[in-house]
Amino acid sequence: MTPDATPIEPLVAVEDVHTYYGKSHILHGVSLHIDRGEVVGLLGRNGVGKSTTLKTIMGLVHPHRGKVLFAGKPITSLPAHKLARLGIGYVPEDRRIFRLLTVMENLRTGLDRHGVTEARKQELLEKAFTYFPVLAERRNQAGGTLSGGEQQMLAIARAMMLEPKIILLDEPTEGLMPRMVSQIRQIIDVLHREGVAILLVEQNVPLTLEASHRVYIMEKGAVRHHCPASALKVDDPLIQQYLGV
Amino acid sequence: MSTVLGFVQAIPYQELLIQTLNGIVTGMILALIASGLTLIFGIMDVVNFAHGELFMFGAYMGVVVISATGSFWLALLLATLIVALIGAALQITTLRPLLGRDPLTTILATFGISLVMQNYALWQFGPVARKIPEPFSGQFTLFYLEYPWYRVLIAVLSAAIIGVFYLFLKYGTYGIWIRATTQDRVMAGAMGIPVSWVHTAVFAIGAGMAAASGVLFGPLVGVNHAMGLDWVLKAFIVVVVGGMGNLGGSIAASIFISLLESYASIWVSPAQAGIVSFVVLILTLLFRPTGLFVPTPK
Amino acid sequence: MSKRSATVYWTGFSIILALLIVAPFVLPEFWRRFLTEILIWGLLAMSSDILIGYTGMVSFGHSAFFGLGMYGAAAALLMVRPPNLWLAILYGLIGSAGIALFVAYFSTRLRDIYFAITTLIFSQIFYVIIFTWTEVTGGENGLTFRRPALEIPGLFSMPFSSETLHWFVLAVVTASYLILRRITQSPFGMVLQSIRENEARTRAIGYAVERYKIVAVMLSGLFAGLAGVLYALQNRFAAPDFVYFLVSGETVIFNVMGGIGTLVGPIVGAGFFLLLREAFSRFFTEYYLIPVGVIFIAMVIFLPQGLLGFMRRWLNQ
Repeated sequence: MTPDATPIEPLVAVEDVHTYYGKSHILHGVSLHIDRGEVVGLLGRNGVGKSTTLKTIMGLVHPHRGKVLFAGKPITSLPAHKLARLGIGYVPEDRRIFRLLTVMENLRTGLDRHGVTEARKQELLEKAFTYFPVLAERRNQAGGTLSGGEQQMLAIARAMMLEPKIILLDEPTEGLMPRMVSQIRQIIDVLHREGVAILLVEQNVPLTLEASHRVYIMEKGAVRHHCPASALKVDDPLIQQYLGV
Repeated sequence: MSTVLGFVQAIPYQELLIQTLNGIVTGMILALIASGLTLIFGIMDVVNFAHGELFMFGAYMGVVVISATGSFWLALLLATLIVALIGAALQITTLRPLLGRDPLTTILATFGISLVMQNYALWQFGPVARKIPEPFSGQFTLFYLEYPWYRVLIAVLSAAIIGVFYLFLKYGTYGIWIRATTQDRVMAGAMGIPVSWVHTAVFAIGAGMAAASGVLFGPLVGVNHAMGLDWVLKAFIVVVVGGMGNLGGSIAASIFISLLESYASIWVSPAQAGIVSFVVLILTLLFRPTGLFVPTPK
Repeated sequence: MSKRSATVYWTGFSIILALLIVAPFVLPEFWRRFLTEILIWGLLAMSSDILIGYTGMVSFGHSAFFGLGMYGAAAALLMVRPPNLWLAILYGLIGSAGIALFVAYFSTRLRDIYFAITTLIFSQIFYVIIFTWTEVTGGENGLTFRRPALEIPGLFSMPFSSETLHWFVLAVVTASYLILRRITQSPFGMVLQSIRENEARTRAIGYAVERYKIVAVMLSGLFAGLAGVLYALQNRFAAPDFVYFLVSGETVIFNVMGGIGTLVGPIVGAGFFLLLREAFSRFFTEYYLIPVGVIFIAMVIFLPQGLLGFMRRWLNQ
């Protein structure tokens, strides 16, 4: 038997995707990919289609044209819940935790899946509480009573309960205090160390450049630039061009 | 002084007591029906016009099972299960395709279903009312009046069913799924919850609850094809008065309205007592449109 | 409308009108009455379309407007001697206008589903009132009366024959259609449609949405009441069955089957439904609603634009 060849197809591949909201043509042929274990940044001004790209990958909107592939298999028309079970975690821009459910119940929405033993569930919970001690404190509180930063922690922890192979992070540091921002930075590192790939959409350029291996820059619904993160500095004219006010 | 005494003596205490009990019993049945209705609305924004017909079908299934086996309890169980399945089938065939469309379409579709079901029942069972015999008779004495045990059973069982369901929602795994889907359908899907199956399950549960009410209530009235209508209208009133999607509110509203109607029937005919619920509705809509038992929205 | 489509439209309109005028000579008695009934129900459905199709307000209360038009006419024909046609129409319209005002008040405070359910409950309230207030309304048995003569005071007076009644109904329905059509195409009608599309935005632009809604409900109620008057004239009785919410439900069915927002669609829908009922009654007797109901559900799911919408798409290809 030949030894396992290193899988060469990307974990997630987006190929020439065109997505519409009603009649509005939002994504004009977006193509990008994320390899296993990679941290990839997606930069761009507000409204260029970054969130829509994440939603398309997550199956929350379906493209009119183009394909989305997960580990080589097409997932373009699959519903979101199947993708979550395949291993895609989603942390949306407005967090969207279940406000009337407790912290514990929020986490359980990701834990209660087929084939997960009670022991494993406990392990995952312990892990969440270790990384986010504040959640342990507030485990029986309703999600809606948490502060913005705590809700962000919960949203990420909740996605982690799915044991995903990739997490889609949509502007996780938006509206957070600097202390929380560095906490998010640490979480990204932790996830990376565990082998979870990350697609990071952010307005915070320094954070993104620091945390990512590669970055894509989007403008007007398409990818305009793509390079390793190390090739870009914060004051690069390209950054000014695509993200400057 | 003597007028006050006269007034106090004129209060029909015995009647009031009986009507209080009646009100609670009817209120619990109504609560059971309305719970299903408000649940279905809360989770999928569907106004289920056919809910009264599910109630009616449940009663008829009860009739059929009892005449086949003679067991009231078996009838209750089977009717609930069968109608729950029918509900699931209806949801899958007619309501799923309408997901995401104008809410008007679900009102129309369920209205169409109610017409079909009513006439089907008329066709199969004829216009003559059937009877479900009470599982046991006998009355108990409270002070100096007699009250049938069976009615007490109805209230207790309805409360039990609602209670079990509430516990399931709060603590069960799938209860969390239902609550998450109710709050944020999209995010629930993103967490791996199969939203369309949750919808089907909820519709089936609502249908089952309606069917159980039908069997429980059967012995008190005749079972006929049109029995669903009155109940569905009252149930809608209850749901609006209690706050749409608010389970606790529906239960409170059910008992409140039923008590008022029972008291009213001491003085006026039952048909006219029905106006009470309409009046409550109008007052609620005028002054507290989000629901009487809902804390005032900020 | 472009010049070409306007000519097409008016040609079609004239042809159909001509056919309807000639019909009483050609059709046997039964089908003659059938056609007249289609027109009357069509008028009712058309009035409902103002709310459903143009303002976006689903109403299950049309049985109340229709019923009060009917009973109003009955009142005039029973209380005033000799029975006067125009008085009957007047009383009927006043009756339905009164209810419409009542419903209109609530319409401005409730949206969507709440409005629909409330109108349903109101129509049932009226049903109960009419059913139980036997001294005034005849209760379960309703009221019977004689058909008045067609008269224009001072000019002539002649009793209605089956043909002349048909033409009278046709004239009223056609006039109503033309009036409603004019209204829906006027700036007022445009605002109504804008409310249907996006109420919040219409309000934000500065329109007094409440006032428009009230007028829409009044308009709808008036024409529904007119249909009730016509029905009373044709059948010479008024019965509580027609105030039962099922009538409202059937009206909505006509709208959906024919195509909402088209004015003409509901008339087609009424015709379609009544024909289906005729056809299925032969096989299913009184259980015709089972197959017709299934067809209705199928249309809601697969043909939401109704027959007219379907034909429009088909013709456009």
